[in-house]
Amino acid sequence: MTKDHDVIVLGAGLAGMRAALEAARHGADVAIVTKVHPIRSHSSAAQGGINAAIGETDSWESHAFDTVKGSDYLADQDAVEVMTQEAPGDIIEFEHMGVIFYRGPDGKLGTRAFGGASQARTYFVGDITGQALLVTLYDQILKAGVKVYEEWFATSLYMENGGCRGLVAIEMVTGELHLLRAKAVVVASGGLGRLYEPSTNALICTGDGYSLAYRAGAPLMDMEMVQYHPTTLAGSGFLMTEAARGEGGYLLNSEGERFMKRYAPNKMELAARDVTSRAEATEIAEGRGIDGNVLLDVRHLGPEVILKKLPQIHEMALDYLGIDMVKDPVPVRPGMHYQMGGIRTDVHGASKIAGLYAAGEVACVSVHGGNRLGANSLLDTIVFGRRSGKASAEYAKQTPASTGGEELLRAEQERLQALLARPYTGETPAGLRLELATMMDAKVGLYRTDAGLHEALDALAGYRKRYATIAVGDKGRVFNQALTFALELGFLLDCGETIIRSAIERKESRGAHTHVEHPDRNDVDWLKHTILTRAADGQAEISFAPVKITRWKPEVRTY
Amino acid sequence: MQFTIEVGRYNPEGIYPDDAAPGQPYPAPWDRSPARRYQTFTVDLPEHAVVLDALIQIREYQDQSLAVRCACRSAICGSCAMWVNGHAHLACKSKLHEFTKDGKTRVESPPSMPLIRDLVCDMAPFWDKHLAVKPWLQNKKPVPPANQEYTVPNASMEELIQEVSCISCGACLMDCESFAVNQEFLGPQALAQAYRYAGDPRDAETKERLGELSKSGGIWDCTHCYECVTQCPKGVAPLEQILKLRRMAVDAGFTDNPGTRHADAFAESVRDSGRLNELTLMPKSIGFFNVVEQLKTLPSAFNLIRAGKLPPLIHKKIPGVNRIKAIFERVGGRFK
Repeated sequence: MTKDHDVIVLGAGLAGMRAALEAARHGADVAIVTKVHPIRSHSSAAQGGINAAIGETDSWESHAFDTVKGSDYLADQDAVEVMTQEAPGDIIEFEHMGVIFYRGPDGKLGTRAFGGASQARTYFVGDITGQALLVTLYDQILKAGVKVYEEWFATSLYMENGGCRGLVAIEMVTGELHLLRAKAVVVASGGLGRLYEPSTNALICTGDGYSLAYRAGAPLMDMEMVQYHPTTLAGSGFLMTEAARGEGGYLLNSEGERFMKRYAPNKMELAARDVTSRAEATEIAEGRGIDGNVLLDVRHLGPEVILKKLPQIHEMALDYLGIDMVKDPVPVRPGMHYQMGGIRTDVHGASKIAGLYAAGEVACVSVHGGNRLGANSLLDTIVFGRRSGKASAEYAKQTPASTGGEELLRAEQERLQALLARPYTGETPAGLRLELATMMDAKVGLYRTDAGLHEALDALAGYRKRYATIAVGDKGRVFNQALTFALELGFLLDCGETIIRSAIERKESRGAHTHVEHPDRNDVDWLKHTILTRAADGQAEISFAPVKITRWKPEVRTY
Repeated sequence: MQFTIEVGRYNPEGIYPDDAAPGQPYPAPWDRSPARRYQTFTVDLPEHAVVLDALIQIREYQDQSLAVRCACRSAICGSCAMWVNGHAHLACKSKLHEFTKDGKTRVESPPSMPLIRDLVCDMAPFWDKHLAVKPWLQNKKPVPPANQEYTVPNASMEELIQEVSCISCGACLMDCESFAVNQEFLGPQALAQAYRYAGDPRDAETKERLGELSKSGGIWDCTHCYECVTQCPKGVAPLEQILKLRRMAVDAGFTDNPGTRHADAFAESVRDSGRLNELTLMPKSIGFFNVVEQLKTLPSAFNLIRAGKLPPLIHKKIPGVNRIKAIFERVGGRFK
């Protein structure tokens, strides 16, 4: 079946719903396509807070400088300026929508400290900030009556005369394939954490948007910049919010020492995430870890602070490790958390392809550069979600409706039929995914070597061969998740390839990309973005773009 | 550690044969009668593993055709509420070793919700109720300028964290006793969200909300069975929010409804006689002059008589009833 809209938003997390709301406000007939119910989106897992320079002693310049320094000078400073200048307005707007932000004694918004920030400028709701923003925004979507295609899985973007004009998606409940045409598409489908094992990300973070856009010809930027969060729970790898350290928590090694004093004597536990994660890895590698972990200790904050401001992580440590953080420190380790790179966009969310916009984790504006600061990702989603919603609605106004696309729908139907008809080989998508993700963590993780990256590229080529014969263990139509898993694995392989290819190119260490043979930052040769574009033969073509520097010249980065 | 898990299966398209090799895609035709059935799986998992770990392992390595919703694995996204041993729980929070009874754990889609496939139910009734309470802030005027927040005490925000902690998993509605017999009942989650907005000092329509919620299907249709409090994985305690709404509604003057009359009749009977006068409770709740509705209760009354459950026709006061009255006076409020 074919449906037509002005703007289609792929993904219903914070960026997607914010884009849809703004597009609707600008008069567009907008629809959201999402493979899970909006409330299930992974934005809800963001715990600690959202940054903005609102306080009288703070300034957007200070926020911008911290962000640029945190990015290891790879962020585009014009984009950072936009984000930090608009941050206060967007946060106040969410407050007016009903978010129950923490207040100070005067009844005004109150803050907590966060990593890499020179001021306490993180606004929050307990340690469920993402969830509080998400449910509020979802309720606004309900109020505005935005159409949501819920549990629809996108398989391909629809391209017409070089522009993006919609997408093809499977309606999970019926198994029916639909063509959804639009004048503009906003990709806001979130991250790719399933490419790494372990990862803090949900099972649904499978890089769909990166791959769909890349296949459609959109350039991906800085894909080698993969963030490892310093505090993920031992075993399960669940996120233990940076707010634990923001509220004053310590990181301890096996000798009970606050080891961060050797790596970041000024900011201690609140150094940027790449710095803290590497420090932990060094401690563990030098034998001062505990079963491959370090300890997060919040006992001295007292039960009042722990139970009121960090209730969710307190519950998680209790549920999954049986540890009461009021009484005992909890073992944590660095774990894959966030992709700084993504679909290259301008400050309006527009990609190189006409009609194709992107926002949130899947996009690369770039405001995070080589390393994202904590509590800047929620900000990224609502600022650039809003901007891409407005820009896509305005673009749609000047664009005639599409009438084609049936060929793509037929081709996709045939592709999925062929996938379902493949004979069983003994290989399961899950087994191959785990192999891929374990390999990515080992060879394209915190520390990278030339040899390791090339091994990774070879391994990936092997996985691709095996993927080409993989069978789907369910032939039904209704809620066939085996089929969507197989498709997701295809997305992950594209993401893996672009990450490895970019990482091989960057022969320096910057932000999250630590190259063992090139341990220093090299501003002479590498103060530039890596850009990958898919050539007609399917190969990744590399190119580079200069970093936009407005007022902050690169300096030595210490915390 | 080995765990045995019985999974409620259902596929509207039909059933795959049991004798197919694990993980193997089953060739059509398979049994096309879409009956519900239980299928037993054995999984090898660490001791602290949860039900969701077992389901994921089954889906990934034993039977790819098992349909189950899940995302975060850590009780944040709300995807995986389902029946575990006959009650609604998050699969990601239910420890296998705690739930294993007689050597197995039984998992299925809750019978209170329409079934789509296997462990995937249709959540539309849940979301419809959520939407019905208008879950958005109706901004109190004047709305502060675009660069300024509402000034409210932090305690009033903290008070709402309990309701905002709701992850919309639906466990409360799945096991709600009132919803089971009355599909019109708004249910625990929607009413907790109604309180989240009615209790927000920035909301302008608290009174309108309370009026709506006092109608049939609203706050007075809850029977205090406490299932929602027991089953909620996030401590939202919806019943407590419903009770707060009732107090707010009565204080706001919404007393002309069976719920308030029922509560009043209850309290007055205890105040005046020291015990419940069951004979007058129902007529008082309905309203003495509502003859049509009164007549509708007659069949129930006859059934009670036939079952020997007729309350005594002469209602006696307990000895020392004055002391009960003293308690009412001491507590104060509407019934002193």
